[in-house]
Amino acid sequence: MTALPSVAPTAVAAVGADMFATAVADQAVAVERVDWKPPMDGTADDLATVAADPLRRDANALAVSRMLDVQAMLVGVAPASELLGLEKGQFLHAGPPIEWDRASGPMRGALMGAAAFEGLVEDPEDAEALFASGAEVSLEPCHHRSAVGPMAGVVSPSMWMFVLEDPATGRRTYCSLNEGLGKVLRYGAYGPEVLERLRWMRDVLGPLLGEAVSAAGPVDATAILGQMLQMGDEAHNRNRAGTLMLLRDIAPSLVRSSRSSEEVAEAFAFMGGNDHFFLNVAMPACKLALDAARDVPGSTMVVAMARNGTDFGIQVSGTGDQWFTGPAQLADGLFLGDYGPDDANPDIGDSAITETAGIGGFAMAAAPAIVRFVGGTVPDALATSRRMREITIGENNRWPIPVLDFAGAATGIDVTSVCRTGILPQINTGMAGKVAGVGQVGAGLVTPPASIFPAALAELARRTRERG
Amino acid sequence: MTHQHVEIRPGAYADSVALLQVSRDVAATPGVAAAQVAMATELNVEVLQGMGFTLPPASTNDMVVALRLDDESALPAALAAVDAALAAARKGSSSGGEVTAPPRTTGSALRRAGGDLALVSVPGASALVEAMDALDAGVDVMVFSDNVPVEQELAMKRIARDRGLLVMGPDCGTAVVGGVGLGFANTVTPGRVGIVAASGTGCQQVLALLDAAGVGVAAALGVGGRDLSAAIGGISTQTALDRLDADPSVEHVVVVSKPPAAEVAAAVEKYAADLGTPVRFALLGAGQPDLTTQTEALLGDLGVAVPEWPVWGTPAVPAPDGGGALRGLFVGGTLCDEAMLLAAAELGGIRSNIPLSPELALDSSLLSPGHLMIDFGDDGLTRGRAHPMIDPTLRLEHLAKVAADPETAVIVMDVVLGHGAQADPAAELAPAIAEARAVRDVPVVVACVGTSTDPQGLTRQAEALAAAGAEVHLSNAAATRRAIALVNGAAR
Repeated sequence: MTALPSVAPTAVAAVGADMFATAVADQAVAVERVDWKPPMDGTADDLATVAADPLRRDANALAVSRMLDVQAMLVGVAPASELLGLEKGQFLHAGPPIEWDRASGPMRGALMGAAAFEGLVEDPEDAEALFASGAEVSLEPCHHRSAVGPMAGVVSPSMWMFVLEDPATGRRTYCSLNEGLGKVLRYGAYGPEVLERLRWMRDVLGPLLGEAVSAAGPVDATAILGQMLQMGDEAHNRNRAGTLMLLRDIAPSLVRSSRSSEEVAEAFAFMGGNDHFFLNVAMPACKLALDAARDVPGSTMVVAMARNGTDFGIQVSGTGDQWFTGPAQLADGLFLGDYGPDDANPDIGDSAITETAGIGGFAMAAAPAIVRFVGGTVPDALATSRRMREITIGENNRWPIPVLDFAGAATGIDVTSVCRTGILPQINTGMAGKVAGVGQVGAGLVTPPASIFPAALAELARRTRERG
Repeated sequence: MTHQHVEIRPGAYADSVALLQVSRDVAATPGVAAAQVAMATELNVEVLQGMGFTLPPASTNDMVVALRLDDESALPAALAAVDAALAAARKGSSSGGEVTAPPRTTGSALRRAGGDLALVSVPGASALVEAMDALDAGVDVMVFSDNVPVEQELAMKRIARDRGLLVMGPDCGTAVVGGVGLGFANTVTPGRVGIVAASGTGCQQVLALLDAAGVGVAAALGVGGRDLSAAIGGISTQTALDRLDADPSVEHVVVVSKPPAAEVAAAVEKYAADLGTPVRFALLGAGQPDLTTQTEALLGDLGVAVPEWPVWGTPAVPAPDGGGALRGLFVGGTLCDEAMLLAAAELGGIRSNIPLSPELALDSSLLSPGHLMIDFGDDGLTRGRAHPMIDPTLRLEHLAKVAADPETAVIVMDVVLGHGAQADPAAELAPAIAEARAVRDVPVVVACVGTSTDPQGLTRQAEALAAAGAEVHLSNAAATRRAIALVNGAAR
C-alpha cells in the first residue's frame, strides 16, 4: 500500500484464489494476476527455508551486479600448455567431471583424436586402451581450470586458446579455437582431416591470432556481444555478426603480421567461412562474467550449466564448486542429411554457459533467422525469451533485445524460481552423433534434467539452516 | 449398474475454489451421480476415499478426476463436461487474448506491472515464498493463506519489520485499504476510524456495527490471528499502529483480536499509549467485554450515540420438544470465539474444534453431546478446500444433522457478507434453515454481519433468513445472548 493506509493502492499483484483478484478489480483497482502453479514435487519446505534466508535477496543482487560489472576483453591467444600449465597426458573436457568408462561416444572420440594430436598414440583407435587403462592420462573439467569448451570441449596442451580478461580484477578465462562445423573434434570426429585441421590451427592460425590480438590490443567481447544481439545473433547457435566484428577489429593486425599473405588469406577464409568462430570468444566472455558471481553465500543464482554428453551439471553461487548433476537429455530439433533421432548423443558441451549468462536460447527472440534451424518458430522464440524472464533475477542492459522493446537479456537464473515455476532454462544446441567419430548430426532445443534444480535447492536450504 | 471412473492428471492444476465450481458443474451433468475434481492433497484423497472411490497413487501436484456414473455410457459426456468446466475455470483466471503469458510468480507480476500491495492466497506451504517476493520488491503484503507454520510467519514478519514493511497475515481474512476491500471485506464509507485486526470476522463485526452507527472507516489493517501470540509478539500490530498513527485522516484506532497472549497485549498497549492517536483495545477473552460492547465504547470515544442494533424476523421461541444443548455453527473464527466466551459464562463448557480449553476439543466427527460450537473456517477444516464463506457445503450438511438431533435446543449461526464471500449466502442457507425447522421446530438465531452497502445487500439477506424462520441480528453478541436465553427457556 502507499505510506498512508487511507489511500487506495495504485495496483495490486494477486496470487492464488482468483476470486480475490476479481473482487479487487471490481473495486476499480488495477490487478496483475499471477498464473500460480504448485512448485516442483517435494520442494515447498526448502523453498520456504531459502526464501526466508536473510542473506538471499542482497546476495542475489550482489551476484548479479558483480556479473554485470565484468568487462570481458580478449587479450591474447596462446597454447594451453602455456596458459594453464597443461602437460602431456592431461586433457580437459566439457561438463561436470566424468571418467572414461561413463564417457559418451563423442566425448571418447574427441579424447581419442586429441591423444593422437598430442602424439600419445599413432592411430586414434589405439587411444581407447590408453584411456581405459587410465595410466599416464588424466581428465578434468574445463570449468575447474577457468576454461570452457563447446561440445566435447576437449583441450590438450598443444591447442591454442583465447584469453579473456576482466581489466578491473585481472581475472581470466580461456577457450579453445573453433574448428568449424561438420566433422570436427568437438563433435567427436577424429579422422585424418580433423587432425590435419588441428595441426594447422596449432601451427598457423593460433600463432597468427596471438600476434594479431597482441598488436590490435584488447578486443571488447562484452560490447561485441551487445552488438550481436542487435544484428540477429544469439551467440550460441548464431555467431555470424560476432565473427565478422571480431575479424573487423583484428584484420589490420592480421594483415600486418609476420606471416605470409598466403597464410593470412587462409586464416581469413577459415574464420570468415566459419559462422561459429566467435562462439569460442562468447563462451569464455560469459564464463568470465559468471565467475564473478561465484561464492556469494546465500545466493541462489546459477553460475554454470555444463554437459559432458552423459551428465548435465549446474553450479550455484551459494554452494561453491559443488556440481548438481542428472542425465543429459536428447535435443529436440532438426537433423543433417539422413541422420535421425536414433543417431544423436545426449546433450553435450560447456556452451550452455551462454544461456547461463542470458543469451543463446534465452535470447532466441534476437535471432529469428535461426529459429527454424533449431526446429522452432518466431512466436516460440519470443515466448521463450519472455518465459526465461520468469526464472531470472535481473536483466543485462548492455545486452538489449530489440524485438522485446530493448529489454535487457534475462540475467541470473534463480534456482528457486525454476523450482517454483517448473520452467526449465531453454538451451539452443548442436547435436553430436552418439558414435565416436561421426561428428555433428543436427541442432535443436534442449533443457536440463529437472531433478538437478531441487537437488541444488536442497543444498542451499541445508546451508541456510546451518547458518541458523 | 453404476460405473466408477477415476483418472489422475499429472501436473494439471487449478485452485480449490475453481475446482469446487468444476465439480459442481460436472455433477450437474445428466448421467453423473457424483463428481469430484480435486488436487490430490492428503485431505482430498481422504474425502474421495470417503466417497467410495479407489485411487491409484498420486502426488499432491496431480489432479484427480473421480466420477460415479449411472452407467458407463455416460462417461464420454461426463469427461467432456470435465474438460469444458476446466476450460471455463481457466478462462476466468487469465485476461485472454494477450500475446504475453501471465506472470508465474508474485515477483514477476510486481516487476511487470508495479503496484504497492500484494495479495497472497496460495496454499499455506507456498505462502511465504510468494510473500517474500513482495517484501523483496519493497511492497506490503496481505497473506490470506492459512496453514502457514508459525516459524515462517515469524521469519517473514521479522524481515518486513527490518524493511519498514507490513505483513497482513498469514490467515488474514480481512483488510480495507483506502476503501478497497481485500479478502473478505465489507464495503465501508471513508471516515476517521482506523482498525488493526488480528481477527478477520472480528474486524468485520466492528465494520458492520460502525456502519450501522453511521461512522466511516479510514482503513482496517489485518495482521493475522496469531500476531498477538507470544511466538509472534505483535510485530505487525506495531507496524500497523505506526501506519495508522502517521495517517492524518485517522482520529481513533481500535485494535481487535482473538484472545491474545497477556504479555504481548500488555507490551502493545504500552506501545500504543505513546502514539499521538488514541488507541482502544478490543481484545476478546474470558471476562472481557464482547465486540459489540467494545464498539459501543468506541462510539462513546467518538461522541456518537449508540444506535439500537438491528434485528430482523419474529422472536424465536424454544423448541416444543425441548432439548438442552446450544449448537453453534460458525464460519467466522472470532465470532465463534466470542459466542463461546459469552455462552461458557452462562452455560459452562462448550465443546469445539477451537475449544477455549483443550479438554473441550471435538473429534473429527464434529459431533458430541452437550453444548458445542464449530468454526468451519478453522485451518483444520479448510486444508485442501475452500473457506466456508465461499463453499457452505460442510456447514449446511452439519446444520441438518444438528437440527435433527433431539438434544439441540437452539442453533446459532453467523452469516458474513462483503467482498470475497458468497454472492448470495441466503439463497442456500435460508432453504436449509426452513428445511431443518420443518423436520424439527428448533429455533435458529443468526448473526448477519455486513454493511448497508455490501454487494449481497444486508437487508435482503437478513430478510430472506428471517422469512425462513430465523431470528436475525447484526450483532453476534446479541444473537448469542438470545440463543443462551432460549436454551435457558427450554430448560425451564
